[in-house]
Amino acid sequence: MTTHGIKWFWYASPQTFFPLAGTIARLCGSLSLVFLLAGLYVAFFVAPTDATQGEAYRIIFIHVPAAWMSMFLYVVMAFWAALGLAMNTRLSAMMARALAPTGALFTFIALWTGSLWGKPTWGTWWVWDARLTSELILLFLYFGFMALQASIDDRRRSDRAGALLALVGVVNVPIIYYSVQWWNTLHQGASVSFTRAPSMAATMFLGMILMALAFWMYSIAVALTRVRRLIVEDER
Amino acid sequence: MRRELLLALRRPSDVATALLFFVIVASLFPLGIGAEPERLRSIAPGVIWVAALLSAMLSLGRLFAADHADGTLEQMLLGAAPLGLIVAAKTAAHWLVSGLPLVLIAPLIAVQYDVAARLYGVLAVSLLLGTPVLSFIGAIGAALTLGLRGGGVLLSLLVLPLYVPVLILGAGAVAMADAGLAAGGQLELLGALLIMAAAFTPWATAAALRISSE
Repeated sequence: MTTHGIKWFWYASPQTFFPLAGTIARLCGSLSLVFLLAGLYVAFFVAPTDATQGEAYRIIFIHVPAAWMSMFLYVVMAFWAALGLAMNTRLSAMMARALAPTGALFTFIALWTGSLWGKPTWGTWWVWDARLTSELILLFLYFGFMALQASIDDRRRSDRAGALLALVGVVNVPIIYYSVQWWNTLHQGASVSFTRAPSMAATMFLGMILMALAFWMYSIAVALTRVRRLIVEDER
Repeated sequence: MRRELLLALRRPSDVATALLFFVIVASLFPLGIGAEPERLRSIAPGVIWVAALLSAMLSLGRLFAADHADGTLEQMLLGAAPLGLIVAAKTAAHWLVSGLPLVLIAPLIAVQYDVAARLYGVLAVSLLLGTPVLSFIGAIGAALTLGLRGGGVLLSLLVLPLYVPVLILGAGAVAMADAGLAAGGQLELLGALLIMAAAFTPWATAAALRISSE
């Protein structure tokens, strides 16, 4: 390849990627801390108390960004998995492998904080709402991905099998989401609605964005650290 | 495909086991929940569908295992016939021996659950459209977990989340008909799922088989 411009594949080799990943991981780790502190400050001291939900709503600052990340990370994971299958690059498969636990963690956090939020506002820990259910199924998909990769000893086979599963999963996610949504609207009325008041205070939004950025940076830092560990493991 | 059917028919006990499993699971619910006809009637579609899901999953492990063990699978991978087609034929045969009997025996369960007779048609059609989807999707999982330790449990972890739409649509169709509404929408969506699954999953399964037998 003698094209000009960026050498796309330069960092596709684990050897060259290793130091870069370390730098980015450290940078993103510190940025994550900064955003986290700023976000928490806004969340607890700046954002106004909600008129209807009182102080309990403040869990939104963790809940919503975690839910965003949980879904987004699955797509990112599938992207790396597809790249790994198509290009046969080891690093892509490592990225997919490294992202899965973080994605599962955020899915779990979203479910956990959601149920903590649900108790004071809806009076129940859990409802079979469409979003809750599809989030739960997403968690199962993450677990399936990790379990499959963990149970195959041969690294190459496990990478490729996991990648295929991630792709099948990502095709299914919208189908599952819509079917669950439809199921919910069929069986239970709008007893619980997720739609909040449309006018969200600007500071609330700011807090959420800050927390989302913090989670982003955290995901990048953790995933890259995990990739570094995988590279070292491979070299041994 | 004829070979697959022949092989399956030579071992009727395998077919019977999955079928018996379906019947037993469906019979356990009244024992656990209570036998009030009113309640049974309301849970019947869900129970029948969940039992069908579990039963279909149970028999998936055998889909490629025997061929993998005696080396036939490698011949298929090397052979001239497109692997996707072979997989599709194997999956279809799997459905004929595991899915179709469920469809046929489901009305019996429905009688046990005191389901109104007018719902039998919808139940049968929903199972007829839905169970092949289970076979097609499950084949991917069976191919991925081929030859792994603890493959059975892993298979369920991989496949069951993907079965959710089929369950919702299938049980939903019966519930809709029960409520006096038209179930056509759900059945059409199930049919759409079936067409998509039949068109795409054999290739995914073929790819998974290639990965698994490298």
